[in-house]
Amino acid sequence: MLEIKDLQIHYGSIKAIRGINLKVPDGSIVTLIGSNGAGKTSTLRAISGIIKTAGGSITYNGENITNLHPEKIVKMGICQSPEGRLIFSNLTVEENLLMGAYTRKDKEGVKDDLEFVFSFFPRLKERIKQLGGTLSGGEQQMLAISRALMSKPKVLLLDEPSLGIAPLLVKTIFEKIVALNHSTGITILLVEQNANLALSVANYGYVLETGEIILEGKADELAKNEEVRKAYLGE
Amino acid sequence: MSEFIQQVINGLSLGAIYALIALGYTMVYGILKFINFAHGEIFMLGAFSGFYIARLLGFNESSIIGALIILMLSMTTCALIGVTIEKLAYKPLRSASKLTVLITAIGVSLFLQYTGQLVFGADPKSFPTLLTNVNFKIAGANIGSNQIVVIVSSIVLMFGLREIVMRTKIGTAIRAVSNNLTAASLMGININNVISFTFVLGSSLAAAAGILYSINYPSIDPLMGILPGLKAFIAAVLGGIGNFPGAVLGGLVIGLIETFTVGYLSPTYRDAIAFAILIIILLVKPTGLLGKKEVEKV
Amino acid sequence: MQVKSKLLFLSSLILIFVINLFAGSIDPYFYTVIIYIGINIILATSLNLINGYTGQFSLGHAGFMAIGGYLSIALSTYFAPFFQNTFGTGVFGEAITFIIVLLAGGTAAALVGLLVGVPSLRLKGDYLAITTLGFAEIIRVVIQNMDVIGASQGFRGVYIYNNGVKAPQMVQDLGEMSNIFYAVPKFTNFFWTFLFVAIIIYYVHNLINSTYGRGFLSVKDDEIAAESMGINTTKFKVSAFVSGAFFAGIAGVLYGHFNLYLNPEDFNFLKSVEIVVMVILGGMGSMIGVIIAAVLLTILPEFLRSVSEYRMIIYALLLIIMMLTRPQGLFGFKIKRKKL
Repeated sequence: MLEIKDLQIHYGSIKAIRGINLKVPDGSIVTLIGSNGAGKTSTLRAISGIIKTAGGSITYNGENITNLHPEKIVKMGICQSPEGRLIFSNLTVEENLLMGAYTRKDKEGVKDDLEFVFSFFPRLKERIKQLGGTLSGGEQQMLAISRALMSKPKVLLLDEPSLGIAPLLVKTIFEKIVALNHSTGITILLVEQNANLALSVANYGYVLETGEIILEGKADELAKNEEVRKAYLGE
Repeated sequence: MSEFIQQVINGLSLGAIYALIALGYTMVYGILKFINFAHGEIFMLGAFSGFYIARLLGFNESSIIGALIILMLSMTTCALIGVTIEKLAYKPLRSASKLTVLITAIGVSLFLQYTGQLVFGADPKSFPTLLTNVNFKIAGANIGSNQIVVIVSSIVLMFGLREIVMRTKIGTAIRAVSNNLTAASLMGININNVISFTFVLGSSLAAAAGILYSINYPSIDPLMGILPGLKAFIAAVLGGIGNFPGAVLGGLVIGLIETFTVGYLSPTYRDAIAFAILIIILLVKPTGLLGKKEVEKV
Repeated sequence: MQVKSKLLFLSSLILIFVINLFAGSIDPYFYTVIIYIGINIILATSLNLINGYTGQFSLGHAGFMAIGGYLSIALSTYFAPFFQNTFGTGVFGEAITFIIVLLAGGTAAALVGLLVGVPSLRLKGDYLAITTLGFAEIIRVVIQNMDVIGASQGFRGVYIYNNGVKAPQMVQDLGEMSNIFYAVPKFTNFFWTFLFVAIIIYYVHNLINSTYGRGFLSVKDDEIAAESMGINTTKFKVSAFVSGAFFAGIAGVLYGHFNLYLNPEDFNFLKSVEIVVMVILGGMGSMIGVIIAAVLLTILPEFLRSVSEYRMIIYALLLIIMMLTRPQGLFGFKIKRKKL
C-alpha cells in the first residue's frame, strides 16, 4: 500500500500542499481529482521524488520513501506517466520505451514487456522506429503510459492522461487502464481534472482543493455527492 | 589548384580538431545548458598529459603503438579531470542561475590556465614526435602524413562516439536527459551519473584533440587551449548547439574558413574570423545550421 | 532625495578640484595608483550598469575601453597642431582639447556599444557573454592590423613631416626631411579622473533611482512580467549597454592620456575578466560594493608584485569561491538564486 501522511509541499513562501492524507491500497484504482492548480501534480511529483517535501511522510508497504532519490523509487516499483506526457521527442518510440526500463537489468524481461505493451497498444508497434515527437497526442499518451509500464511498476501514477486528447481516444485509453488493472492487478493512482471519467473507473476518490483534501469516499458515492457534482461535474 | 587542395587538407585537419572539442561543448550544453568555458583547458591538459606521460614512459622513438598508448592514457587522465571539475565546481550549482554557473566556468578556465603556467612553466614546451611525418604529393599538393593521421583518427573517434550515443543504454540516456530532464528522472535515470558520463566522453575527446593538435603543432603551452576552445565553441553554435552532426560540420567549416583566411587573405585576421562568424550566425540563425527551433518554456 | 544627491555631487566636484590643487605634492607612485583606482572605478561601475542591473552579461568591456583609448590618443596626436593652433597650449586650451577627445572617445565607444547592444536584445546569458567577448576580440585584432595607430607595436605618438606625411614610426625615405614627434599628451590627472568617477556615480545613482529604473529592477529577472507592466525592457537594456560602453570609452581615454602608450594587448580578454571580477566580487548590482572591489583589486596587485604569477590564480579562485558560497558578492545583500 502507498500511503501519504500529512504531506506538505512549499514553493518558496507558497504552500502548495497543506497536510494531506491519502491511501492507495494494493490492486486498487484510486483517483485524486480537483481543479487546475489544486496541487495534484505536486503530490505525484513528490511521490516520485523529483520535488522535495516540506513535511509529512510518504510510505510504500510500510517503508518510508519520502524524498528518496527518484531512481530508488522507480526501482521499488512506483513509476509515473507525467502530465503533458513529456515524451522524449528526439528519441524513437522504441528508445522511449527502453528508457522506461532504464533501471532494469533483466534483458529478457524487458524484451517480454516490450511485446506486452505492443500487444496492449498495437499502434505503438507500427510506429516503433518513429521519433516520439512525430506521434499524435493520443499516441504520445499511449507511449507515456507504456514507457512507465516498462519499469515493471507495482504502482502506476497517471497524471492527467485525458489532457489534450481526442474524446474517442480518451475512452480507449481509460478502458485500457481498467483492463490493465484487472489483468495484472497493478495499483493505479490516477490524477484527473475530468472528474466524471476518473470516478467512473476508480474504486476510491479524493477531492483536492487548494492544497487540502476536502472530500473523500468510494468513487460511486463521490460521483453522487452533490458538492462534487456541482463543483466538478458541471451541474 | 594544388594550393587549393593543400588548403583544403590543412583546413580539414584543423577543423577535425575543432570538431572533436565542439562535440564536448555540445554534449554538456545539451544537458546542463551552459557553456563549459573550461573545456578548452581540457584540450590543453590533454596535450600536457601526453607530454608528461611520454616522458614517464621513456618514450623516445616514434611508433604507432606508443602513440596509441599515450593517446589512451591521456584521454583517461583528462576524463578523470573533467569529471572531478564537474563534481567540485558545477554539481553544487545545479539549482543556481545560469549566470552563476557561467562565471564559475570562466573561473575554472582561468584557474587551469594559470595554475598550468605555475606548474608546467609559462614557456612553450616541445611535444615529442609521436609519429614521424612523411611528406608526399597529391596532385601537386604537399601533404603531411600526420595531417592524414589527424583526419583519420578524428573520424574513428567520432564514429566511436556515435556508436556510444546512438546504440548503448547510457548513450540513449544522454540523449533522453538532454531532451527532457524531468521525464528522464521520472524514469529513474540517474541524472548525476549521466552528467558524469557526458563529461567523461567530452573530456576524453578534448584530450584526444589536444594530442592530435600537438602532433601537427608540437609547441605546447598552458594558454594554448583558449583560442581553440573558443573557436570550437563557435563551431558548436554554428552547427546548432546540442546537435552532434552539427558540431562536426561546424568544426570543419570553421577550420576551413580559418585556413582560407590565412592562405588567401591575411594571417593576422585568423583569430577574428571565427568571432565574426559567431556574430553573424547569432544574428541570422541563432539555432545554427542544423539546429531545430526550440520553444522555450515559460 | 534628488536635491540631496545633486548637492552631494556638486560638493564632491569642489572637493575634487581642491584636492587636485595639491596633487603635485603627492608621491608619484601613490599618485599613479590613485589614478588607476579612479579608472578602475569607472570601468567597474560602468560594467556593473550592464551586468549588475540589467541581467545581461558582457565579457567584452575591454573592447569599449580600447575604442575610446585608441581613438582619443590618435586624435590628440594626429590633430595636435590643429588643437594647439586653435585653442593654444595653456591650461584652458588643453582642457578644451581634452574635453573634445574625451567626448569623442566616449561617443565612439557608445556607438560601438549600440552595435553590440542590438544583438543583446535577442541573446541571453551565455550567448551574449560570448558575443561581447567576440566583439572585443575583433576590435583588438582590427587594432593590431591598423598601422596608422601602431598596429601590434603599440602607439605612443606620431611623426608629422613638413610635407604633411604623418606616421606613428619614423619613415625611412623621409629620414632627410624634418619632422616633429607629437607624443600622447599627459592630459589625465586627478581632477579629470575623479570628475568622471563622480559623474558616473551620479549618473548610475539617478538612473536606478528613477521611477523607470526602479520598475525595471523590480522585475529584471522576469521579462514577461516586466513587459506586462508596460516596462520597455529593450529600451532600458540598450540604454544601459550604450551608457556603460560610453563610460568604458572614457576610462580608455583617461588611461591612454596617463599611460601615454597603448598596446592592443592592454585590451585582451584578461582585461575584461579583471573588470568582471571587480563587479562580481563587489556584488552585481551593488554600487558601493563594486567601488570597494575596484579599489581593493587595484591595490591588491601592488602588494602581490613579488608573487605576480599568483595574481590570475587568485582572481580565478575568487570567482569560483564567490559563486559557490556568495553569488551575491561580498557586499551584496540581495540573494538572487533562482531555479534553472
